[in-house]
Amino acid sequence: MLKLDEIQKRLLREVADLHTVPEGAYNIRSNSQSAGRQSTANIEITPKTDVSGLDIRIKPGTKNESVHIPVVMTESGLKEIVYNDFYIGDDADVVIVAGCGIDNCGTADSQHDGIHRFFVGKNAHIKYVEKHYGSGDGAGKRILNPVTEVYQEEGSSMEMEMVQIKGVDDTERVTTAELAADARLVVRERLMTHGEQRAISTYAVALNGKNATADVVSRSVARDHSYQKFDAKIAGNAPCRGHTECDSIIMDEGRILAVPGLEANDRDAMLVHEAAIGKIAGDQLIKLMTLGLTEQEAEEQIINGFLQ
Amino acid sequence: MLKLENVSFQVLADDDKEKEIIRGVNLHLPAGKLVVITGPNGGGKSTLAKLIAGIESPTGGRLFFRGEDITEKSITERARLGIGYAFQHPVRFKGIRVPDLIRIAAGKPLSPADACEYLSAVGLCARDYIDREVNASLSGGELKRIEIATLLARKPALSVFDEPEAGIDLWSFQNLITVFQHMRDTIEDSSILIISHQERILNIADEIIVLKDGRVDRRGSRDEILPTLLGTAAAIPGCGRIQPMEGGGAQC
Ligand SMILES: Nc1ncnc2c1ncn2[C@@H]1O[C@H](COP(=O)(O)OP(=O)(O)OP(=O)(O)O)[C@@H](O)[C@H]1O
Ligand SMILES: [Mg+2]
Repeated sequence: MLKLDEIQKRLLREVADLHTVPEGAYNIRSNSQSAGRQSTANIEITPKTDVSGLDIRIKPGTKNESVHIPVVMTESGLKEIVYNDFYIGDDADVVIVAGCGIDNCGTADSQHDGIHRFFVGKNAHIKYVEKHYGSGDGAGKRILNPVTEVYQEEGSSMEMEMVQIKGVDDTERVTTAELAADARLVVRERLMTHGEQRAISTYAVALNGKNATADVVSRSVARDHSYQKFDAKIAGNAPCRGHTECDSIIMDEGRILAVPGLEANDRDAMLVHEAAIGKIAGDQLIKLMTLGLTEQEAEEQIINGFLQ
Repeated sequence: MLKLENVSFQVLADDDKEKEIIRGVNLHLPAGKLVVITGPNGGGKSTLAKLIAGIESPTGGRLFFRGEDITEKSITERARLGIGYAFQHPVRFKGIRVPDLIRIAAGKPLSPADACEYLSAVGLCARDYIDREVNASLSGGELKRIEIATLLARKPALSVFDEPEAGIDLWSFQNLITVFQHMRDTIEDSSILIISHQERILNIADEIIVLKDGRVDRRGSRDEILPTLLGTAAAIPGCGRIQPMEGGGAQC
């Protein structure tokens, strides 16, 4: 039932590891149309009527199920804003795979702005994976501006893996989260920019409940003339623990700005920020060269490892 | 296998004066031999190893490997010709896992079983390291053993080990000796150069070279040199890293 061409299929593999139609609930959006959608007994996906996007409702107690909502764009010049809302019932434990792949061979910019909201019920556990990927050699840019809002109820946990390794020219990512008592947020961001790319990633996490914890870690590589800004702010409004970390490798003429932000509004808030930016360590290159790699091969191995 | 002709290495020290770290060293390492370089801290041993691996370039003299002049060759070229170097202070990598490093060293795809074999050979329980990164979470001794395992996987014609015993516990010491002997037996015509302060490693040497103040102070067979080192404070001043033999004088 899926009508996808080879480029669209390749994008799907890149952003969602999908080789065929996924199991469980899914919606595949291709050039602003739904190319396939399936709900399950526990997970209901319905299109919004007022704006473009989906409501995804996961019943309380749903376990070991997954939702795939990948987006692929291959028409040059498409610009879209999509609103997806996830309502996750109490005690659910599910994996959500999003992601957007843009192939732009044309001269007009292609842009996808996904606005995702997660309402995570009590003691629910979510693993969220979002990959961004661009390809095509047109002069038109590939632009992605995701906005992610997370509202976590008591005892819930959310693990987010955000990956953007290749081909996205311009991205402004904004992630906000509000955590109630005993809620836990883990973010792992991996980012590589090259050419003239620009990537801005902003986090604002509010730890509002007792024993809420957040761990936001970004590993990134800026090559060529690219620019990155990592701006992570955690506010501790209760006895809580928060940690942000930005670990970056800078190469060529790349530029990186890391802006740590910690705000403690409670005496028992424990907040830590770590940031390190530097070029690849010379002794790492040398070691791999003594194992027979050229300098360039050594660089690739080090970066692949760093971003894996 | 390896020949050094009048090799020198000078650096510009902090006070802007020339400092000569290696002074006209001549050295011949025949195929199939195990040679141990020893000598006081700061004597220039690691610098000599780096000159052999191409990490430093000599300011004078020439180096030959299997008859070929390698003085101008890069680190990569020398590695590909068959020179391997296990660092005194192994490098850590964020994100590169232990088996990845072994695979890079082998220069070809390795089955998990092969990678495990090299780890087992250096006394690491392979299962525990399959998912570990070569990062700061590894202990010093673990890192040292992994460093040795990379050379086992690489099978170079010439292996240079810089203080391989450092940080390795006494219990594992005999295994380490077995590793060197095994390398010698299995890689045809291979030579091994070990920098060491340890009597038990000096004990398996065909030849011992004492490097002091950047010069070859003495050289000769184990039987000639070992007695001059043990029980005297001459070669290793200070902390007595060589265990005195029975009846030998204290070193400190
Ligand atoms: N790049 C450099 N610049 C200045 N001094 C250096 C440099 N490299 C080495 N040295 C100095 O040269 C001397 C020899 O160093 P080297 O590391 O080769 O000694 P070593 O014999 O390996 O000592 P150890 O037994 O402690 O490992 C030392 O005094 C060291 O400080
Ligand atoms: Mg040394």
